[in-house]
Parts: sequence; structure tokens; C-alpha cells
Amino acid sequence: MLSRSLRTGVRYCSAAASNGLVEMNMCTAINEGMKEALASNKKSVLFGEDVAFGGVFRCAAGLREEFGDDRVFNTPVNEQGLIAFGVGLCIAGYDVIAEIQFADYIFPAFDQIVNEVAKYRYRAASNWDVGGLVIRAPCSAVGHGSMYHSQSVESYFAHCPGLTIVVPRGPYQAKGLMRAAVKKRDPVLFFEPKVLYRNAVGMVPEEPYEIEIGKADIVREGTDITMIGWGTQVQRMIDAATEAEKFGYSIEVIDLQSIVPWDVETVTASVKKTGRCIITHEAPITNGFGAELSSSIQERCFLHLEAPIQRVCGYDTHFPLAFEEFYLPSVPRLVESIEKTMKF
Amino acid sequence: MSFMRRAVSRSARGAFAQRRWATEQVEGPDGEVWNIDFTGHNSLTDEMEFKASMGSPEPLFRVLNQKGELVSEEHTGLDKEECRIMMTNMVRQSVIDGILYEAQRQGRISFYMTHFGEEATQVGSAMALKPEDMVYAQYREAGVLLYRGYPINSMVAQCIGTKEDTGKGRQMPIHYGSVEHNYQTISSPLGTQLPQAAGAGYTMRVEGKDQVCICYFGDGAASEGDFHPALNFAATLKCQTLFFCRNNGYAISTPAVDQYAGDGIYARGVGYGIRSVRVDGNDVFAVYAATKKARELSIEHQAPVLIEAMTYRGGHHSTSDDSTRYRSKNEVDDWLASSNPIKRLHKFMDAKGWWSKEDDKAIREVTRKEVVSSLNKQEKMDFWPVEELIEDVFEKPTEELIRQRDEVLRHQKAFAEEYAKKA
Repeated sequence: MLSRSLRTGVRYCSAAASNGLVEMNMCTAINEGMKEALASNKKSVLFGEDVAFGGVFRCAAGLREEFGDDRVFNTPVNEQGLIAFGVGLCIAGYDVIAEIQFADYIFPAFDQIVNEVAKYRYRAASNWDVGGLVIRAPCSAVGHGSMYHSQSVESYFAHCPGLTIVVPRGPYQAKGLMRAAVKKRDPVLFFEPKVLYRNAVGMVPEEPYEIEIGKADIVREGTDITMIGWGTQVQRMIDAATEAEKFGYSIEVIDLQSIVPWDVETVTASVKKTGRCIITHEAPITNGFGAELSSSIQERCFLHLEAPIQRVCGYDTHFPLAFEEFYLPSVPRLVESIEKTMKF
Repeated sequence: MSFMRRAVSRSARGAFAQRRWATEQVEGPDGEVWNIDFTGHNSLTDEMEFKASMGSPEPLFRVLNQKGELVSEEHTGLDKEECRIMMTNMVRQSVIDGILYEAQRQGRISFYMTHFGEEATQVGSAMALKPEDMVYAQYREAGVLLYRGYPINSMVAQCIGTKEDTGKGRQMPIHYGSVEHNYQTISSPLGTQLPQAAGAGYTMRVEGKDQVCICYFGDGAASEGDFHPALNFAATLKCQTLFFCRNNGYAISTPAVDQYAGDGIYARGVGYGIRSVRVDGNDVFAVYAATKKARELSIEHQAPVLIEAMTYRGGHHSTSDDSTRYRSKNEVDDWLASSNPIKRLHKFMDAKGWWSKEDDKAIREVTRKEVVSSLNKQEKMDFWPVEELIEDVFEKPTEELIRQRDEVLRHQKAFAEEYAKKA
């Protein structure tokens, strides 16, 4: 049921090989990022459901033992409560990493996130803020997650001013973006594609480093089409680009990394260069973040476009178990889209 | 029914020690062994009984009766100076409310909410706290902020949204906030402050501080989803948070009898394992004593405490409400005549010669002058410049926001005569 690229495992090195690098998967990288955050600031905490024993995905393994019961702890099962609890800690001067067990379960906290977290600074004219809050949640397809363990929820929150949203594609990005998210004095939503926890392996610096929020990463350079995605989709785009090379097409693959704010400069420069654009995400196509990107790109690059901007996304259904392989924006679907765009 | 507890050591015990060890074996009187200790004792009964309450409705703690007489031996009220402070603050709040309510009627401010009938809940509790205690409020607790010294001018500036509003004119009137006075900025969504207050109280417990976070909310807000995790988290995570419910009988038009079927908000506190008390919210001495004690208990036991103050909303819900549509004028008049907290304290102080007609007149006049002069001043005051529109969304505006700001300014300049505010 997993796509070809996932079955073969996602392995790539995204950092230059040199001293001080360790090979690790994305779960460990996130663990490292959180450990660093907790070690560098005594007034910082990590909490969520089942975080105390290490979390259901083990991202928090060992942290309670190292930092103690008061700093790494379980909350009762309540998402709206745990996000709000984090808000209270932030205004009392703490940095908070709050874990939502699955992005599919973030919705009870929607009011707290949209009406409180996002608006806290604005309504208080910066006299108060919850800049110390990072909300982490595993997201996206995992192969068997179905409707309630597979959702990609970035577009619900991208619509709300005041939120910063990032999605790592692998261990190097995860640790670097985690550090940036923790340091940023704005609340950050950190969505972690859960299938990549174990499947994405790469070289990660032992020393702290940051990936700038708001900057996209050109993963593969090309001249014919700009392909934009994030998270799990990045490897699918790379695989599709490799496939398309056989037909003589040169695809530029961009990992957006930051959904809000997104890297307008890198993206528009790329589309102006290639003249064609495909945006791809797992979330349903209607009102997915691809819609915003598509609209913004055509507004800025209209005269450079050789073909309509394509979106290859999940369909407008809920995430199905039995039909997952058809539902996902798979490599064959991306290849078809490349063909269609080139032949327009 | 007695039982023996046989502790079983587990290798992970040290890392996960809690107040109750869930896998500690419990032995009952018949020698049966349970592998889980559910509620602390696992006692048994052969009688099946369905209960909807733990007893009769909890009585209201009171020190001063409606005639202004002390009815408690243990709690004897406060001394002359303290009573004068209480009276001054309650009267002041009442005068400000009267004038600003009328100001809204005259179109001078867009919206207002009064505190008539609830002055004791504000002043009594505020006085029992320390200035460094954090306050999370709902919207009908400006008396707490006033007690702490928030200037009337700042209040009016916020209501009109002028340059002197520290909130930059972002919110509707009465959505005050003040770092200086440890008062979190008010937000309109109901009940959202409750679990946030639990979080703030958590830090105070962890740091072992002589500090609490008090959270005010109404009987209606207590029905919101956020109420549940607020109390549950505060109790399980041991937070130094005081939950103060102003049960004023109404949530806009919905009377308390339609808001809950149990024994009010008090019983819920008990249900979550939280020390709880119900007080006569119109008795400023009782409110003071209960809040003071609650604060002590919270810090001593490193735990939340709940106070349900039974009071009455003397005014309309807001200037957008006409409560004559859902309650009789008699109900309002009778209640205010009998239970008005200001009148009640006045009777007590009058009998002792602690508050004269001149005192009353003086504070009303001084307050009135201050409000009127603030209104006059703020009505002529500038507003924050439109450039501020994009500030404070983030710590620093994004490039996109800057682009949008430039668009607003360009458009405003081009169509200046179409808009009320100048660039």
C-alpha cells in the first residue's frame, strides 16, 4: 500500500558530509532538537499526552529522565486544555513545546489556537505574547492511518494571521527547524510527517544549527518546471523528477519548508526561470495551501507562465484506508502532471 | 471497611512516581487482590445506589447579613481603614459604570459592560490578593483592575481606542490589560482564560513562589469546554490557581437554572478533587475572607482552589442587551434593594460611624469629575496611526505584511475623503 518511494525507504543526505555529523532518523533528530531546547533554557517545558514515557512515536524518549517530572510531563487527555495550559506558561515567562498526539486531533484546540494563541500579541499590542510556544504534531499519510491518523492540516491554520507553520522533510531539517521554532518569539506550528520518523534518515550535525524559517530549499535544480511541495511529498517529487529526466525534462524541486511565512522570493524566481509550475500536497485540493500558492504565483509571474499552474493533491474526500495509494499525490500522478504541463 | 495495601516494586517506579501509584496492589477484606487502585481506596458495597449529588446543596458562607450585621464569630470583618478602602473602591466602580454606560447611550463610546451588584466580588477578592498575583479575567471584573490602581484615563482611552490606549485600539471597549497590574488582556471568547490560568499557576508551584494566578469567570462560562480541562489540569498537575466563579444568575438572558442541573459550579470543583467553597458574593467580608483563605490553601497544598460567589447581575449583560425582555423590573429592584453589596457594607459602616454622607458624596464627586474629564480628553485624542495595523501580528512584520501595509497607505491617501480616519 505504500508508494514505491516509501517502500524503498527515504534515504538521502542533505547536509555536506564532514566532521561532527551523525546519521539518524527524523524521530531522533526531533528528540535531539527538543533536548537542546530543554538544556539551553531552564524555564522551558515539554508536555502532551503520553509524553512522559517517551511519546507514542518515541520522539520524547529519555527527556523526562534527563530533565525531570516538572519539565517533561503528561497532561490529561484534552487538546484544547493542553494548548491553553501552554499559553499560561508562556505568559509566565516559560518556553513551551506542546505535543498534540496526532494532527488529526488538533481540532479541539482550534479555538485556543486561532482565537488565543494567534491573537495574544496583537490584542495586547505586544504587552503580552505567547512567542515561546511551539506546538508539535505528527501529520500526513503513514500507510494505514485512514481518516484520523493521516491528515495534513496546514491549510486550516495558514489562513489565520499570527501563526508560523513549518514542515520538515527529514532529520537535518527537523533539528534545524526545531531550533529556529523554539528561538522564534512567535508561536509556531511544527507538523512532522509521521511516516518520516523512521523512514527519513540522514546526516545531522551534533552541534546546534538553525534553518531559517521562511526560507524554501531548492532540493534539485532544473529548467523546465518548478515543482513545489513539503514533507513526505518532497521525496515523491524527487522520484518523479528522476523519472521525468528519462523523457528529457528538467524539473526544479522546491521544498517549501515554511508554509507561513513562505519564501516568495525563491519560488517566484524559480517560476520566472522555468515558466511552469506544479504544486503538490497530500491535503485535499480544494482550499489546500496549493490554492494560495497558485494564486500568489500567477499574480506575480503571470507573464512568465507557459502553462496553467497544476495542483496534484489529495482528492476532496476524507482520507480513505482502502484507496490510500490512489488518494495520495503519487509519483505516477506527478509524472502525468509533468507530461501534461510540458505538452500544454 | 478496611483493606491492606501491598506495594509492589516495579523497575520503572522511580521515574514515574505519582501521588497514586496506579499499579500498586490493593487487598480487600475478603483477601481479594486488585491490581489497580482506582480512586484511592477501592472499597466495596453490596448496596446499589445511584447518586446525583454528594449531599444537599452547599450553603453560602457569609459574614455580613443583608442588614449589615456580623453573623460570624470567627470572621469579624475588617477594621475601619480596610472598610473605607472597600467602600471607596466599590463606590468608585459603581460611579464609573454609571457614567460610561450613559456615555455609550450618548454615542461617546461604542460599547460598555457594567458591574452593578457585583462590586463585592471584585473588591473583596482583589483586596485579598497580592499585587504580584496574576489575574485572568472574563470581562466583568474591571473592579479588580481598578482596585490595583489602573487609571480611569487608561480605561476610557481603551474604550475609545485612542493613542493613550496601551492596547493600540485593537479591541472593543472593556477589553483591558495591564502588565504593570498583572492583569491579562481580556479576550471575548468565553472561558478560554480558564486553562491558561492553570498553566500560569503551574509555574508558580514549580518555582515554589508565594504567588497565585486567580481566574475569574461567570456561571455561563463555566459551561464552556475549556472549564473542564482547566480544573482537571490544575488538580492533576498541582497548579497554584484560584478559580473564582461569579455566579450572577444570568448568562445574557439564560438564567442559572437553565445553565446547569447539578449543585452549581461548587460541586464541579469537588468533583475534580479541588478544595471548593461557596460564598455569598454580595458580602464583601465573606468574599475577602474566602479569597484570602483560598490563596493560603493553594500555596500550602500546591493545589488549585475554587470559590463560587453567588451574586446578582444588577445591570444588563451589556449596552447591547435589554434585560427587561427576560426578567421583571421587580426582580432587579428587589434584589438590589436587599442584597446590594454597597448598601450592605454601608449599613455596617454607618452603624459604626465609619462612613458618612460627606464621605460618600466626596468619593462620588471626585470619581465623577475624573471620568468626565477623561472622556472629554479622550474624545479629542488622536488615534494610533494606520501603519500600526500590521504591527504585533508577529514580533516583526513579515515581508508580506509590509507589502500589505504599503497597499493600505497608498489606497488611504488616494481615497482620503472616503474614510473617517486620516493617514
